[in-house]
Amino acid sequence: MDITRRRLLVLLPAAAVAWKYIQAGTPEAAPNYKIAEHWWGMLIDIPKCIGCGSCVRACSEENDVPDGYFRTWIERYHVADWKIERPQVTSPDGGKQGFPPAKEVGGKNFFVPKLCNHCEDSPCTQVCPVGATFVTPDGVVLVDKSYCLGCRYCVQACPYGCRFINPKTNTAEKCSLCYHRITKGLTTACCEVCPTGARQLADLKNPKDPIHEFLRTHTVQVLKPHMATGAKVFYNGMDGSVR
Amino acid sequence: MFKDIEHLMRLSVVMLLALVLFVVLRAAVVPKSFGQYGHYRGNAIAEIAARPPAFAGHQVCEGCHTDVVDQKKLGRHANVPCEACHGAQGKHADDPASVKPQLPDTAVICARCHEANSAKPKGFPQVVSAAHSGGLACNTCHKPHRPKIEDEPKTASVKPTGGRK
Repeated sequence: MDITRRRLLVLLPAAAVAWKYIQAGTPEAAPNYKIAEHWWGMLIDIPKCIGCGSCVRACSEENDVPDGYFRTWIERYHVADWKIERPQVTSPDGGKQGFPPAKEVGGKNFFVPKLCNHCEDSPCTQVCPVGATFVTPDGVVLVDKSYCLGCRYCVQACPYGCRFINPKTNTAEKCSLCYHRITKGLTTACCEVCPTGARQLADLKNPKDPIHEFLRTHTVQVLKPHMATGAKVFYNGMDGSVR
Repeated sequence: MFKDIEHLMRLSVVMLLALVLFVVLRAAVVPKSFGQYGHYRGNAIAEIAARPPAFAGHQVCEGCHTDVVDQKKLGRHANVPCEACHGAQGKHADDPASVKPQLPDTAVICARCHEANSAKPKGFPQVVSAAHSGGLACNTCHKPHRPKIEDEPKTASVKPTGGRK
């Protein structure tokens, strides 16, 4: 078959279209999940948190988190009346087994659950040299285990201390916002087990999600807003001493 | 002008070969889905999403255990999800006949939420369990699904003497 100029002009666009299909790769694991129609975040209602540690235990079990490492954890804050900049923060075993009765007298005490903030402009994904961590089109920061070198840049880059190196796999690990659950229509493991509803998964692209009403009617903050990370874990009733 | 062009030609042939080698190697090594959404492997998203969940979710539990749902509705534990106390029951939900869940130990599980702690919200019901029940399992008196003791004969040998906060 001689390739004439006319034939080549027809073949080139066809080849380009075929190449696009090859590049697109395998289909989605959850066929009914439309990645462009979600933008995930979380709401944490601090006045509702009782520090029971259900979320920490559930997260460990759901995600097979090694002992002594945490994808989510609870901090107990003790703020003396005149030392708002120097809170005492404790988190025995990440709050996994709850908290012992407090010894401190006076001041104020409260619990703050922490997890990955799933930042829109996340510092951790920007420093990855190999493209092993990324923000998905639906706003979740994930780690591609098979691509991660374990160089620890991202562990240092995260201003919230949400990442660690898994000692078994030697790759970076973090909260995946239970991506394997939320894409199947479930909520995250921590939100599923929270007995007081202090944690709520939020889909910011879903106009029917109660998060919009909540954000309009409450005074809500994110952690370290001065770092402009675009954090999507919203804290209600958060004290100024929380770091 | 181009009298010594031959060595330039050789060099450009070598460079062209190196370029071709680079393009071929790159195409072979870089995964097909790399760059689908951004500077990462697009298929990683589907791989992470494919993992099976361990927690079934309370909607699944409520499909079968309707008697417990009716009990819970009457008490203050109405909105406490099943797996907060019973643990991950995804395997039980997949195969209810052969995977039987263990009953949780109320002496441990109730205290995690209800043991008094100054950091807990003021309105939340809390007790000092040592003073309240003296180490007795909570379900000696309370029914976990509907914890308030009411309209029942007070036959329990130990009555809460205090410890409420």
